[in-house]
Amino acid sequence: MAKSALLKSSIAKKVAMALSGIFLMLFLAQHFFINMTSVFSSNTFNSISHFMGNNPLVQFVIQPILIVGVIFHFIMGFVLEIQNRNARPISYAKNNGAANSSWASRNMIYSGVVILAFLGLHSYDFWVPEMVYKYVEVNPLDETRYFHELVAKFESPVRTALYCLSFVLLSLHLRHGFSSSFQSVGQNNKYTKGMKGFGLWFSVIVPLGFVVIALFHHFNH
Amino acid sequence: MKLTLKIWRQKNAQDKGAMVDYKIDGIEPDMSFLEMLDVFNEQQINAGEEPVAFDHDCREGICGMCSLFINGEAHGPDRGVTTCQLHMRMFNDGDTITIEPFRAAAFPVVKDLVVDRSSFDRIQHAGGFISVNTSGNTIDANTIPVNKKDADDAFDAATCIGCGACVASCKNSSAMLFVAAKVSQYALLPQGRIEATDRVLNMVNQMDHEGFGNCTNTGACEVECPKGISLENIARMNREYLSASLKG
Amino acid sequence: MALDSKIPNGPIADKWTDYKDHINLVNPANKRNLDIIVVGTGLAGGSAAATLAELGYNVKAFCFQDSPRRAHSIAAQGGINAAKNYKGDGDSVHRLFYDTVKGGDYRAREANVYRLAEVSSNIIDQCVAQGVPLAREYGGLLDNRSFGGTLVSRTFYAQGQTGQQLLLGAYSAMNRQIGRGKIKMYNRHEMLELVIIDGKARGIIARNLVTGEIERHSAHAVVIGSGGYGNVFFLSTNAMGSNATAAWKIHKKGAFFANPCYTQIHPTCIPVSGDHQSKLTLMSESLRNDGRIWVPAKLEDAQAIREGKKKATDLAEADRDYFLERRYPAFGNLVPRDVASRAAKERCDAGFGVNKTGEAVYLDFAAAIQRYGKEQAHIKGLDENDTKLVTKLGTDIVRSKYGNLFQMYYKIVDEDPYTTPMMIYPAVHYTMGGTWVDYNLMTTIPGCFSIGESNFSDHGANRLGASALMQGLADGYFVLPYTIGDYLAPDIKMGAISTDRPEFDEAEKSVKDLIAKFMNNKGTHSVDHFHKKLGKIMWNKVGMARNAKGLTEAIEEIAALREEFYKDVKVPGTDKGFNQELEKAIRVADFLELGELFAKDALHRNESCGGHFREEYQTEEGEALRDDENFAYVAAWEYKGKPSDAVLHKEPLVYENIKLVQRSYK
Repeated sequence: MAKSALLKSSIAKKVAMALSGIFLMLFLAQHFFINMTSVFSSNTFNSISHFMGNNPLVQFVIQPILIVGVIFHFIMGFVLEIQNRNARPISYAKNNGAANSSWASRNMIYSGVVILAFLGLHSYDFWVPEMVYKYVEVNPLDETRYFHELVAKFESPVRTALYCLSFVLLSLHLRHGFSSSFQSVGQNNKYTKGMKGFGLWFSVIVPLGFVVIALFHHFNH
Repeated sequence: MKLTLKIWRQKNAQDKGAMVDYKIDGIEPDMSFLEMLDVFNEQQINAGEEPVAFDHDCREGICGMCSLFINGEAHGPDRGVTTCQLHMRMFNDGDTITIEPFRAAAFPVVKDLVVDRSSFDRIQHAGGFISVNTSGNTIDANTIPVNKKDADDAFDAATCIGCGACVASCKNSSAMLFVAAKVSQYALLPQGRIEATDRVLNMVNQMDHEGFGNCTNTGACEVECPKGISLENIARMNREYLSASLKG
Repeated sequence: MALDSKIPNGPIADKWTDYKDHINLVNPANKRNLDIIVVGTGLAGGSAAATLAELGYNVKAFCFQDSPRRAHSIAAQGGINAAKNYKGDGDSVHRLFYDTVKGGDYRAREANVYRLAEVSSNIIDQCVAQGVPLAREYGGLLDNRSFGGTLVSRTFYAQGQTGQQLLLGAYSAMNRQIGRGKIKMYNRHEMLELVIIDGKARGIIARNLVTGEIERHSAHAVVIGSGGYGNVFFLSTNAMGSNATAAWKIHKKGAFFANPCYTQIHPTCIPVSGDHQSKLTLMSESLRNDGRIWVPAKLEDAQAIREGKKKATDLAEADRDYFLERRYPAFGNLVPRDVASRAAKERCDAGFGVNKTGEAVYLDFAAAIQRYGKEQAHIKGLDENDTKLVTKLGTDIVRSKYGNLFQMYYKIVDEDPYTTPMMIYPAVHYTMGGTWVDYNLMTTIPGCFSIGESNFSDHGANRLGASALMQGLADGYFVLPYTIGDYLAPDIKMGAISTDRPEFDEAEKSVKDLIAKFMNNKGTHSVDHFHKKLGKIMWNKVGMARNAKGLTEAIEEIAALREEFYKDVKVPGTDKGFNQELEKAIRVADFLELGELFAKDALHRNESCGGHFREEYQTEEGEALRDDENFAYVAAWEYKGKPSDAVLHKEPLVYENIKLVQRSYK
């Protein structure tokens, strides 16, 4: 068995998908905790943001890995989707998918595409201006700007609504993705039940937290 | 019972095929689904029409020959049964029943509701065996004790009847449950460990080659499997595959 | 032509070893030059194909299903016998041999049965090595259960799916050889003619069931492992596709057909529910380990139950007749199948039947549930007098032993067998008769072999439970691979056989003519219409109990039905492609001939033995009455143009090791 087959096989692709997914969930968790501080203390939020935005390890090692991880997860998602569609050229006249599986599990591609679109918007809102600010215009350091930039973005009701809607889809994506990633890497044992329970909470609490943050800043400022 | 049947009709592999509506009367709740189709076919023959082709053989849920996607589910709405064990008491008078072949690129239609599942056989040819000669000159059966739990789990995996309901139910037409059942059966037994690495690599390779989709872990296969083969087998195969790839 | 069974000389225990030591062998390089066709991929055909390919022969295997794994061996539930004596309960090769001959009502060939018992333990070793997950005890060793007609526990099993697991084992061995290119597998192909060249079987004509093409295949030997002919009854526990065509075609080409009247009626099947019934479902004999069979003791209770005015559970113990325990105290519910079936029929004929049609008896697990429940309560130190608790614990045990069978019953009948007794009735299950073969498993056509259920050899007039799997695998794994080498040894320099020879032309023409006849017939009735009619005649007049008058009528009726069939059958569609009605027509045409020979054989055998019960020949207590003086022979029929002209040849059965006595299970 050639090594290259490992990268081509269906199982390897799913494992890669799962591992990148788990990595993105870890990122999401830290993003969630940092953002949550903005609700309680603008100072804390500012100082953490400043650290994340200027620490060379974060900026030049973790950030590129994250970007690669996101792009990989999406590209692989599309590759798998195309293969999956080709595996059934003629679809059923009547398919009662709800009888045997959850909506979230059957529609990962749609929740994923919404999240992708959201990421575009989100980058346009925060990441691109941040990059321009730091690396194109090379503005001086300002440890207090982050909170104001955040609040300013959530003035628009349209943007706030788009964010909230995306978080709902994120929740559905996580709801299946969390437990699915463990199954894909071969974990199905006595811990699975607990892991699924944790995943369910994770998929509710994290997106709900983001919704709360968005609404909090929209209505409070 | 009076029923409306919507049945996929397709003359042969080249034909385009279409859903056709039929009416049928005089169906009794105690009939099996296939007996209902027998009655329907008798009616077709007597009317000078061609009967609908469908695969079936043992009619007791073990040969795996019968298939059919009934009202949007493989083997119909009941659980833990094949189509031949599905009874008409699961339906109501006046119902419309949609009957389609199992759909997958790797299961091309032969005629009407009959599909070609030889892709399953080819996966088994790639590694679904233990390479022991059939001479009978092996060691005494009790020389290899097997932990009862492992033996029972291996048996549970081995009860797969190869009907293809997993593929038909999977939104991706993935054959992971079918392949995992065989890989698991042997992976759990000491006799099967010896070739475990090659087996899983070769069987998965053949599975991919046949054009089945990828596993999205929706769990539909486990729900629709007439023998209740567990998703744990897929996780086991993923583990086996990963460790085999790292070794290989 | 005198039948030569070719039984080797010497003491019975040494015959097989001695024989193997002196046969001709084919060297490995020469095996590559020899082709063998195997028709059927069940336990016998599948194991034979795998073993022959492994030895080095080029094997072409044929099955009508879409995969070799679907052969009907897969449906065998209960288990497989082997004289391992793992239980230390006194089992031995001799005892298995003795039980099988006695169970067969002294109508089997001693030497064959002894060989079967001898290789039985090899089968278990072989299957375990192949990864067949047979049931185990907590210590990790293999478990056994007991079956009808024996006093030891020698049955190995895999829950209620032993046949499935063993067949998948043989299928896996085939897969290995298919992967290596040593077996060329022809799925969805049906053998429709045998080709004989210079007096030897050298090929077959097969129809590709998908394309409709008629194909020629040549080989140096042809092996038939196509199973039994139970579907001659239309309703049976066989699969819908199970058929006798391959076996019947070789019969018409010169292979004698032996003992067609020996047919096993299995006592524990789910009763017929209506005219729409397409097949009968077996409930494993293993259920009789724990289930008690009974009918109401009073006629009025039986009537009330049939009318739905009373339920089984309403009847007090005193009002129940556990008729097997009453009549056969020593074996009780575990008497052999033929005895149990006839006893059930006797009660139902006397008016004690318990379902709407009056053709059902109860199989009751209430006592077993209580017994196991009390045992569990005792082990766990719980209250043994708490009925609810005991019932729950007992139900759990019964579920763990028979869960899949109970679920199957529930799905079909829609009644919960844990709380109300199951209803069962006998149904046609297995055919002991079949192609006559010698000790080498070769038919009267040189080069044409017959193995498994399709031959007649090992079960006499009645087969014991868990012996069919044993015989199929013994023939395929351990017997045929030796004997066929002996036959093929002179052919090593022959080279491939051309399919352009006139014998192939002729065989192909006869197949094409038959198909054309059906396609152009434009009759008015479907194939099933005739098949059902045949089944009714067979069941009513050639079924569980037969008499001269009924058999004579049956012979006439079947001949008339056959004529009507050819005149009036309607086969829709085209022969150029997939056509299930055409497949059925060809099979039913053969059943219509076989059925007549079956009745003819039953009529000529003026005795009762095993599965063949002639009402005229019974003891005062209603037991089968054999006539060893006049009928201790194998009846082998030679085809002479039509069943009524078939000529009888007798192979005397000589018993040197077992004394013939009246079979008793009291």
